[in-house]
This record gives sequence, C-alpha cells and structure tokens, in this order.
Amino acid sequence: MQNQHQSPSAVLTPEAIAARVAPQDSPARATDDVARYALGLGDDALVLAQRLGSWIAAAPELEEDVALGNIALDTLGHARGLLTYAGSAWDQTEDDLAYFRDEADFRCRQIFERPNGDFACTIARQLVVSAYFTVLYRRLADSADPTLAAIAAKAVKEVEYHLDHATLWTVRLALGTEESRRRMIAGLEAIWPFVDELFAADPAADAVPAAAVAPAGLREPFDALLLPVLDQAELPVPGIAAVRGGGRLGVHSEALGPLLAEMQVLARRHPGAVW
Amino acid sequence: MSAVDSPVERVARPRPEAGPERAVWDAAATVTDPEVPVLTIEDLGVLRGVRIVDGSPVVDITPTYSGCPAVDAIRDDIVAVLRERGFPGARVDVVLSPAWTTDWMSDAGRRKLMEHGIAPPGRRAGGVVALGLGVRCPRCGSLHTRELARFGSTSCKALYVCQRCREPFDHFKEH
Repeated sequence: MQNQHQSPSAVLTPEAIAARVAPQDSPARATDDVARYALGLGDDALVLAQRLGSWIAAAPELEEDVALGNIALDTLGHARGLLTYAGSAWDQTEDDLAYFRDEADFRCRQIFERPNGDFACTIARQLVVSAYFTVLYRRLADSADPTLAAIAAKAVKEVEYHLDHATLWTVRLALGTEESRRRMIAGLEAIWPFVDELFAADPAADAVPAAAVAPAGLREPFDALLLPVLDQAELPVPGIAAVRGGGRLGVHSEALGPLLAEMQVLARRHPGAVW
Repeated sequence: MSAVDSPVERVARPRPEAGPERAVWDAAATVTDPEVPVLTIEDLGVLRGVRIVDGSPVVDITPTYSGCPAVDAIRDDIVAVLRERGFPGARVDVVLSPAWTTDWMSDAGRRKLMEHGIAPPGRRAGGVVALGLGVRCPRCGSLHTRELARFGSTSCKALYVCQRCREPFDHFKEH
C-alpha cells in the first residue's frame, strides 16, 4: 500500500504542517499528573507485548504462535494509545518513550517483565495479567479522563478474550497429563510472588483519583475472576510470599534490562529510523 | 451500503447529508481494508466521520482492534484517494470512542465476506439472530462446524473447520 501512494507526510502543505503542530481539534493533551499515571499502564502493556512477541515461531503449536502473536498485538495497541497520550504532556512521541528511556525510567510492575519460561509459565502469567487487565479496564472505562476511558473501553473487549484463552489453556494443562500438570503448577508458582504488586499503592494513581483506578480496589474483583479458574483447574493457590515489587517507582528485576536492550537497540543504533 | 435506516445504521455509518463533507465521505468510503480487501471501510464501520476544518478535510476512522496494523495503510489510502479526487491536504484522525463493534458491519459487507470464503460475524446485540447458533461454513453452508483456534490470520478472525465438507475457513469474530 505504502509503495503505491505517497505517504501522508509527502503531501503535507505548510498549512497542514501548522495544523499538525498546533492541532485545533486533535486528541486532548494529557496533564502532567495524568501522563504519569498513563505511563505506568503503558509500560505494563509495552513490556508484556515485547515478552509475548518472542513466542512467535517458538510456541508448542502453530495456532499458539498465532494466538500469542495476536495477543501481543492487541497489548501493543493498548501501549501505543497510553504512551502516545502520556507523551502528549511532554511533547514526546510513543517511540521517544518506548526506545529512549532507560531501565530505571520504566514504570512497569515487575510481573510484566518476568521471563516467558516454558509455555505453561507464560500461560500462568497470561491468566494473572489478563484477569488483572480485565478488572482494571472495566473500571478505567468510567474514568473522568475521556482519553483513558476510551482506551480502556476498547481494550476491555480484547483482554476479556485473552482471559478466555489463558483460562482454556490453564484448565487443559492442569488437568491434562502428569507432566503438563507439573509444569502448570510450576508456572503458577513462578509467577505468584509478583501478583500482590499489581494491587500495591501507585503514587501516580493516588495523584489523580478521578482519572485513575485505585489499585487496592481491584484485588476483590480480580480474585473473583481468578480463583474460580484455579478451582476449576484443581490448582492450589500457591503459598509463596510476595516479592518487594516497586516497579511503579522504577525498581525492576534483573529481567527487564535484557528485554529493553533487545527492544531498543535498533532505534538507538539508527536514531530517526522509520519502519 | 445498507439501505436500512436503523438506529444501528445511523451509528455505524454517520454519512453526511450533502455538501463537501458528503463528497469527501463518498471518496473515503471507497478505501478497502488491506487485510480483507472485499470490505470497504464504510462496510466495516471503520469510517467514523468527515469534517472540513479551515478548508481541509479531516476524516475520522476507528481501529477494529487496538493493535490493528491496517490503520496506517488505511490512513495513507484515504489521503491518497482524497488527493486524487481534488481534496489535497487531508488529515486522518484516529478516534477510539465509541469502541468499534462487528455490529457496525453492513449487510452488504457480511454478504461480501461470505462470498469471499470468510464466515461473517453474528450479531452481538439487538438483532434477530442470537449468538450461539453456530458458525455457518461459507463453502457448503453447513452449521456443523467447530472452532479450530480462537485466533486466526488477523486480530479480527478465528480459525474454524467444517465437519461436513472438511474445509477450514476463517470466521470474522463477534467483537
């Protein structure tokens, strides 16, 4: 398509450029406070999308390459919306935020940066984060901030479908063979220490109570979604202590650095490259 | 285009009555989805509105799914088509609200999908056909089909197989 026609930038008149620089009716700019909140949510989605994308051509079956790739694409779409909105407060693009911040500037919760592990471990992470995203976006759809509300209202239909996918696999693996059950239990145990952090205080959310969703209030609806699935899969709730967390403050596990290095190297090696 | 003037139609295709807005709409409405080229963006309900701002057209579109990679190609095609039709300097804005739904797909679009070998989505709400009746095979018409994979070749599709004619086929998911 792009080869058949000139790109939009090639047909921009001076007036159109001026309109882009100072758009009269383009999407609203975020305030600094709301942008900080959106940045955390955007980083959660971006880092998860990057993790999921590396399953493409590596999943146990072709259909799962496609499924995890599609889930990554949806999640990347949420990240793009959130980071574009966050960047609007600081005159930065989504790419500026994704490719030119260092590890300590990322605000993702640590569960999203967890390594993929085997397929069962990824499914365990998908089960937890899809249930979390579902309850988060259902509430954020009622945000006083219209842009956040619009992003969430669109995302919720997608993450509910992701939750279905993770639920089906969780049950199938847990009640499958002895080996698949062993792996599903191990995967859930590997992810479990990072669950509590999803509901820990987020200063950026506290700063904008009307726009944001208070994380602590999500625990109850999250449990109501997740625990019946574990019950159906005959999986015990792991009795493992939570890690300290701190992702929203820029504290990360050793897993994030290599992920960012791979994600950012091309953009940093070739600044301004477009693809 | 559907001739039915239903409430869903008015939301799905907010076509301007007349004037330059209508001319811009009609031009933009010829752009097809690069991933499902039998459907125009008007059939899909992706074309959301047309405004004239300071003499230049502004076209609003909405993505089907948040990460839909076709949005960039659609944006380029709209700008190119409008330039060919005498509307240079068009801008395309992406709007997210209200969130797109397959209920906005036109009846003509559904027929074109079926003829193209893709089972169209059922109605989520407000229609006479309830969900859960099964997906009809676009090749032999059988309702004896099953889902092979919940995710298909694009975000908007799932993979099905017909139990009667044994052919696999894409189903445009209800969304």
